[in-house]
Amino acid sequence: MANVETKKMTFKVFRFNSETDYLPVYKNYTLDIAPGEVILDVLNRIKWEHDGSFSYRRSCRHGICGSCAVKVNGKATLACKDRVSDLVETFGEELVIEPQDETRAIKDMVIDKGTFWSKYNTVQPYLKATIDEAPQKENLVSPEQAEEIDEADYCIQCGNCYYSCPSVNANPDYLGPAALALTYRFNADVRDEGKTDRLDTVNQIGPGIWDCVKCFECAEACPKELDPIGKITKLHQQTFQEGMAADNVAVRHAVGFKPSIAKHGLLDEGELVRYSEGNIGVLKHVPVAIKMFKKGKIIMPWNMPKSKNMDEITKLIEIASTVKFKGK
Amino acid sequence: MSKLKYALYTGCTAKESTPELLMSTMAIAKALDIELVVLDEASCCGASHLQDFDDQLSLTLNARNISYAEKHGLTMVTICNTCQLNTGMTKDRLDHDPKLKETINSKLNEVGLTYAGTSEVKHFLYALIDDLGVDAIAAKVTKPLTDMQIGAFYGCHNIRPGELHHKSNGGENAYAPTSLDRLILALGGKNVEYESKNKCCGFHVELQAPKTANKLSSTALADAIDNGAEAIVTPCPLCHLRMDTQQAHISQEAGRDLSIPILHMPQMVGLALGIEPAKLGLQHHVADVTFV
Repeated sequence: MANVETKKMTFKVFRFNSETDYLPVYKNYTLDIAPGEVILDVLNRIKWEHDGSFSYRRSCRHGICGSCAVKVNGKATLACKDRVSDLVETFGEELVIEPQDETRAIKDMVIDKGTFWSKYNTVQPYLKATIDEAPQKENLVSPEQAEEIDEADYCIQCGNCYYSCPSVNANPDYLGPAALALTYRFNADVRDEGKTDRLDTVNQIGPGIWDCVKCFECAEACPKELDPIGKITKLHQQTFQEGMAADNVAVRHAVGFKPSIAKHGLLDEGELVRYSEGNIGVLKHVPVAIKMFKKGKIIMPWNMPKSKNMDEITKLIEIASTVKFKGK
Repeated sequence: MSKLKYALYTGCTAKESTPELLMSTMAIAKALDIELVVLDEASCCGASHLQDFDDQLSLTLNARNISYAEKHGLTMVTICNTCQLNTGMTKDRLDHDPKLKETINSKLNEVGLTYAGTSEVKHFLYALIDDLGVDAIAAKVTKPLTDMQIGAFYGCHNIRPGELHHKSNGGENAYAPTSLDRLILALGGKNVEYESKNKCCGFHVELQAPKTANKLSSTALADAIDNGAEAIVTPCPLCHLRMDTQQAHISQEAGRDLSIPILHMPQMVGLALGIEPAKLGLQHHVADVTFV
């Protein structure tokens, strides 16, 4: 190590013991950081050199086990993968290390992942297939069929997407991106027979795909770059392809763009709300609509602007559409 | 520097519920000597919902929109984060998947159009920051926003997924965005630091999960206010609709007063350039903006 140039850095670290402490404290630890060191090196050295009682999960050190996920300055990281130097580049030298979700801390970086796992299990995240016990030939899966899984099987269950998801935070019933990405992983598997069952589970408003707020926090947080929200989009599409989309406000909200575009090219905002909510449901939006009308924010149907060259749009809707929604 | 010229994709909102966004965009473009060619042929981008229903239809319509910018040989600028997401995502997928591009072009060819992939797509905020530059904007400020504490609210679809937007947003880091803060400073204002600035406003689940939507927007509004913001500025009309038109309702749900003026990014620039508030459409706001 003699030739390695190190840099003195102070890390502010979340410390908490749920058995003895009422509130967490942030403690500063000063370490000499060598180039290329990752956050896991920092956690290890805090434990080895400063305080043996410091707790965190770690195992493989190779980005495979998903144990060492923590937050640095609010960014979801995998401690064994994220370099200190890269984090300094983003946030400057004041780095704050916290558990993925402070409200679920058991001890220091160790959190209770109970809800994560129970939601994960809800979607039957395993292959459901009738297995021939004495097969006469191999059960072949073509490369094209395997590609359909689209990296969804790279998930290491670190929970970064789940604890970064604002919808999980706001709605405790929401299954969250990890469970939904895994739903897609098995639904897209050509050998699997559980697709309908799983779609039934994830198609519900509250726990399912329709509560995704489309913020892309999960895509940003995933250390394996498997794009959980992209998988949620594919589950949306599966519900239509399988004819399982329910006739509810969320589904009509997705479908309702098409008739509007067919008519005006643009979206008729008021009509989308009416289409999604229904003639009675829409009434709850009237108070806000009146306020908006007074400020010139509501376009009356007879004044709806239209895209130029509507004939092209009409034709494209006719030839490029791939699914239908029958509704009621 | 030669005059900046772009093809403007207005999106639907700027022509309907946020007329002030289009007014202020055109007003500051004129003041900053930027030429905008409005793409009146363009359709709705599907607002991140249409592709949940029909992916191919969404790609085709977005590719058609871009093809019109290509006809002008111009970079397309968007003034809505979600338009930027859908248009940028379509471009990214078609540019990286020749087979998909061919399929979509087989549809477009039937109406005499082709998607070539020759036009870049960027949000107007980044045209201002990265092409024009904050110094050039600062040089034209006549009414600096002195002492005004402004909270930048970035909106998800300009910064996430980071990899998609990397080229169009000057490499903005989704966890530590700076563009809008730099713009506030260039206009003479004071930028407020608060955790929620790069978080979600909840707009996209307003109908099916109103509790979630209200919780997310109330958290963001309260965070900005508690850190001293006197106004919030956003580049996204959907965040604006959520936080402006629903503000009273959100306050009611949160059980505390969350009143704060919400400005569109071009309105903030326009105020500092000395453009009259009426030309920036401030009369179209639901939440109070009388601080101006």
